[in-house]
Amino acid sequence: MSKIIKIKKGLDIPLEGAASDRTTVDDRSVLFGITPDDFPGYTWKAAVKAGDMVAAGDALLYAKEDERLCLTSPVAGKVAEIHRGERRKIEYVSVEKGERQESRDFGKATDKNARMDALMRSGLFAMMRQRPFDIVPFVGVTPRDIFVTAFDTAPLATEMTGGEERRWLETGLKALAAFTSGKVYLSVRAGSGITSSVAEVYEFEGPHPAGNVGTQIAAIKPVNKGETVWSLDAVTASRIGRLMETGKVDYSARVALTGPDMKDPHIVETTVGASLATLLDGQLDGQKTIRLISGNVLTGVRVQTANGFLRYPYRQVTAIDEGNDADEFMGWASLDPKKYSVKRTFPAFLRGLSKPFNFDARVKGGHRAMILSGEYDKVFPMDIYPEYLIKAIMAKDIERMEQLGIYEVAPEDFALPEFVDTSKIELQKVVRDGLDYLRKETL
Amino acid sequence: MKGLKKKIDSIKPKFEKGGKLEKLHSVFDGFYTFLFTPNETSRSGVHIHDSNDSKRTMITVVIALLPCCLFGMWNIGLQHFMAIGDPSREFFRLFFYGFFAVLPQILTAYIVGLGIEFIVAQMRGHEIQEGFLVSGILIPMICPVDTPCWMLAIAVAFAVIFAKEVFGGTGYNFLNVALVTRAFLFFSYPSKMSGDNVFVQLGGQTAVDSYSGATPLGQLASSDAGWQVTNIVGDPLSYTDIFMGFYPGSWGETSCLCICIGAAILLLTGMANWRIMLSALLGGFFMALVAHNWASPLYPVSYINPFMQLGLGGFLFAIVFMATDPVTACRTNTGKYIYGALIGIIAILIRVYNTGYPEGAMLAVLLMNCFAPLIDYCVVNANIRRRMRRVTVKNS
Repeated sequence: MSKIIKIKKGLDIPLEGAASDRTTVDDRSVLFGITPDDFPGYTWKAAVKAGDMVAAGDALLYAKEDERLCLTSPVAGKVAEIHRGERRKIEYVSVEKGERQESRDFGKATDKNARMDALMRSGLFAMMRQRPFDIVPFVGVTPRDIFVTAFDTAPLATEMTGGEERRWLETGLKALAAFTSGKVYLSVRAGSGITSSVAEVYEFEGPHPAGNVGTQIAAIKPVNKGETVWSLDAVTASRIGRLMETGKVDYSARVALTGPDMKDPHIVETTVGASLATLLDGQLDGQKTIRLISGNVLTGVRVQTANGFLRYPYRQVTAIDEGNDADEFMGWASLDPKKYSVKRTFPAFLRGLSKPFNFDARVKGGHRAMILSGEYDKVFPMDIYPEYLIKAIMAKDIERMEQLGIYEVAPEDFALPEFVDTSKIELQKVVRDGLDYLRKETL
Repeated sequence: MKGLKKKIDSIKPKFEKGGKLEKLHSVFDGFYTFLFTPNETSRSGVHIHDSNDSKRTMITVVIALLPCCLFGMWNIGLQHFMAIGDPSREFFRLFFYGFFAVLPQILTAYIVGLGIEFIVAQMRGHEIQEGFLVSGILIPMICPVDTPCWMLAIAVAFAVIFAKEVFGGTGYNFLNVALVTRAFLFFSYPSKMSGDNVFVQLGGQTAVDSYSGATPLGQLASSDAGWQVTNIVGDPLSYTDIFMGFYPGSWGETSCLCICIGAAILLLTGMANWRIMLSALLGGFFMALVAHNWASPLYPVSYINPFMQLGLGGFLFAIVFMATDPVTACRTNTGKYIYGALIGIIAILIRVYNTGYPEGAMLAVLLMNCFAPLIDYCVVNANIRRRMRRVTVKNS
C-alpha cells in the first residue's frame, strides 16, 4: 500500500500550448549532439576525434576525474564535430547518423561492481543527480537513498512513462536498490496506478512542484549534512532496467513539443540529442522572434533552432515569444486582461487564473532588492525559509547556508519562487552559484 | 507610441556611459522605464515571469491609499467650514478646499524625497527605486493639515537619508520611512504636531464660539468627563460619525470606512499580509478590553469601549498601511502573528497609559520595526534547530 502525500504550496502556471495526446514518430534527424554542460560536477574530455566511427553507446566524452564515467553516443555513425567555445571548452559533440545502426553491448553484468561499471560507461550514471550540490553523483559514494520521480508537474509537461517503460522500470528499480544502503523511493502521481515491489512507493497530490524530486525528498526523508542521495526520473530508471536486462542502452525519447508558439503541440518519439532543426520542421513561425527552450519554461535551457539539439533530460521542448520588441507603454498601469499575475494586481484574475495565458520571455520589471515577504514561501513546499537561504547564499555565509538547508535544495526548487518574484531576482542562478561555491569550499 | 519610443531611443545614447548627460543616467532610466516597460528578456533561470513588478506593487498600494486620501481632503474642507460656521456643504467646495490645503505638502514630500532618491541612485549607478512613491503620499496623510512645508522637507530629507539610503535603499531599511518622518516631526516640533490647534485649518478666519480643535483622543486624554467625545463645534460624535471619519485628526487617518476599503484592496491583491492586520486588530482589541475592564480616572482614555478605541485615531490606519510594510515587518509567517499582535497591544498601551502621547500607533510600529528582525531570528532558529536535531538523531 503506497502512502499519499499532499503538497499544498505550489503553482500550476497556466501556459498555452499543451501537447495533444497525438504521438508521432520522427526519425528524420541525421545529426545528434551531446552537451557536456548538461552534466555538471565533472570535467568532460573528448574521447573521440571528428571523423571517428562510433556505435550507439560508445563514449563521446569521458570524465577527467574518473575515466570510466562517460557520455555516450545515442546513434551509430561518424563523429561530425567537437564544437569548442571560449578557452577550448567543449560545447557539444555531434554525431552524424550512419546507414547501419549498431549498439554497443555492455553485457549482462552479474555482480555489483560490473553493474556499476556498465552504468558509468553507458552514460546512464551521468543522467542521475545527487544531492547535495545537484550534480552528477560522486563515483564511489554510496547514497543513503535513491529517489525516483515518475511524473513531471512542470508547465506543459506530459506523462513521463508509457507502458513499455513501466515494464523496465521495475527492473531498473531493482538494479538501483543494490547501489544504496537505504531504500529506493518511487514517487508517483496519485491515482496513476504505478506500483513497485522493490521500491517504496509514495503517491503525490497537488500542484507543481509536486513532481520535482526535491519536493519529494523533502516530504519523504530530507537530506542532512554529510548525507548523499541520488535522484533520477523514471525514464532513466527504465533505461537502467533495460541496460541491466539486455546489455544495451535505449536512447529513444518521448518528447512533448509544447508552448504557445508551437504550431502543432504534440508528442514525438525520437532519439536523445536529436537535432531541433529537423524535429521542429514546420512547427515554428519564421516571422516571429521565438525563444526555443529544451525542457520546460521554468528550468529548461535556451537553444537555437538552427544548430540546437534536444538537451537533457530529453523530455520536452517549449517555444514561446521572445517579446523583446513589445515596447509596452506604461506596463505598470496596464489593465490588459492577458497579463498573468498570481498577485491579482492585474485584472486577469477576473477572467480566472487557471485559463491558459500566453507568456513571453520578458522579465517584466526592474531588478530590485527583496521587498515583498512570503512570496517565495507560497510556492515552496519545503521546511526551509527560502528568503533567508537566498540571503545567506548571497552573503556567501557557509555556516548559515548549511543551517538553513542548502544541502536539501537544487536550483530547480527555486524556479517557481523566481517566477513569482516581484523583485525579479535570478534565484536559480544564485542557488547554482551557491552550491558551486559550497562544493569548492567544503570538499 | 512607436513614435515617442523612437524619439526617446534616439536621445538615449546621450545618457549612457561616455554620453554628454551621463550624470543624469539614473533619472533618464527612471523616466524611460516609467514610460515603457523594459524589453529585457530573461537571461538565466526561468524563461517566463509573473507580470507583477515593483512599480505595479507600489502603484497598487497608492491606489489602496486613494480612498483615505480623497476622503481626507474632503474632510479637511468639512472641518474648516464647520469651524468658521459656514453652512455650505457643497461637495466640490469642501473637497477642493482640502485639496489645495494639502497639495503643497504632497508636492514637498515628493520633490524632496524623490529628489534624494534620484541623486542617490545616480551616485550609486542604480536604477531608481519606487519605494518613495508610497512614502511620498503617506507622509502628508499622517501629519496635521497645517504642518509647514519647510518642516516637512527637513523631516522627509532626514527620514529618506538616515532611515533608508544609509542602509542601502528600498528593501534594506529597517524602519518605516513615513513613520520616521512623522516621529522626527513629532519630537522636533511638538507644538505643531499635537494639541488642539493643528488638526483643523482655520485659514486665518475666526472660528465660531463653540469651536474646539481637539481630536477625540485629545479630548479624552485631557478630560475626566467619561468617554463622550464631540466634534469641533461641540456636538456629540456618534459611532457612525467615527466610522465615517467626520472628525479632526491627521487628515488621512480618520475614516474607518476608507481604511477598510484600502485594506480590502491590499488583501485582495496580496500586497499586504492578512496575518499582520488580523493579529494587530486582535492584539489592539485585547488591550483595549483589558484597559476598559480596569478603567481608571487616572487614565481617562481607558473609559472608552474597545470598538471605539480601535476606531479612533491612527490605529487602524497604522495597522493597515504601516505595520504591513513588508520591508520593515517580520518576514516569516509565525513572526508576523507575533509582530502584529505586539503592535496592537503596544499601540493601545501607549495611548491609554501614557497620557503624554494621545496616540501610540506610530511609536508602536516603530518599536516593533526594531524588534522584527529579532522575532524572525527566533522563528528561523527554530527551523535550524529542527534541522540540526535530525542530524543528531541520526548520529546517536
